[in-house]
Amino acid sequence: MKFALNTHKKYTVLELSGEIDLNESPIARKEILKVINQGKNLLVDLSGVEYIDSSGVASLVEGFQTARANRLLFALYGVSPSAMQVLQISRLDSVFTIYNSLDDVE
Amino acid sequence: MQKIERIHFMSKPDRLLPVRQFVRSLARSQGCCEENLEHMVMAINEACMNVIQHAYHGAEDGEIVIEFWKQGDELLIRIIDYADAVELNSIKSRKLDEVRPGGLGVHLINKVMDSVEYTNVEGERGNVLEMRKTLSNKQSCEVSN
Repeated sequence: MKFALNTHKKYTVLELSGEIDLNESPIARKEILKVINQGKNLLVDLSGVEYIDSSGVASLVEGFQTARANRLLFALYGVSPSAMQVLQISRLDSVFTIYNSLDDVE
Repeated sequence: MQKIERIHFMSKPDRLLPVRQFVRSLARSQGCCEENLEHMVMAINEACMNVIQHAYHGAEDGEIVIEFWKQGDELLIRIIDYADAVELNSIKSRKLDEVRPGGLGVHLINKVMDSVEYTNVEGERGNVLEMRKTLSNKQSCEVSN
C-alpha cells in the first residue's frame, strides 16, 4: 500500500493505493486518524486501491465515526470497483458519503 | 475429489499478500472466472485473518495450512489451524446495521462462497474451515468474461 496527502483549502485528501490488508491497514488507520485529530475535513481517495479487506474497511469506519463525533467531513472519493464491491457486500456504500469527482465536494 | 495443492505458512499478517497472489494464480490455472476468483481471494484472506486474530490471538508462530481440492467445476478449500479449538457458536458476523469497526470477515466469507462449514473436535487443538466455490458458474461469471 502507498499513501499520499494533499491539502486543499477546505479539506485534506488522503490518497490510498495498492492492497490494504491486515499488514497495511494500521498505516491507513494512523494516517486517517492523524488528519481528523488535526481538526481537518478528510476525503479518502480510493481510486488506486486494488484490494481492501475487512481490516482496511474497519479503518475507514473508525475514521467515519471519529470525524462525525468531531463534526468533520469524512468522505470517500473515486472508489475503485474492487473496493466498492467490499463496501456493497458490507452494506457500507450507503453509510459513507461517496463522491465521484472532487467537483462534487465544492 | 482430487487434492491439487497444499500450502502452509506462519500466522503473520505479511504472509497474506503472497497467499492472495498464490490463490489468484492457482484459481486462474483451474479455469476460474475473474469474479469468482476475487470472491475466493476475499474469503481465503478473511479466513486467514480470522485465524491470525482470533485463533492465534496475534501470535506469529502459529501454522496455517490451506488445501485446495477439486471436484468437477467446484473447488473445496480447507483452512486448517492448530490453535485451541474455537467455540463454534462464537463465529458470527456483527449485525450490519450496527456500524462499527470490525466484525465483517465472517459476513464477507458467507456472502461470496457457495458453502461454509467450521469444524473442530472438542477438547482437541485445531480448527478447520471448509469452503466451496464453483469455478465458473454462468450466472456470476457472465459480466466478468
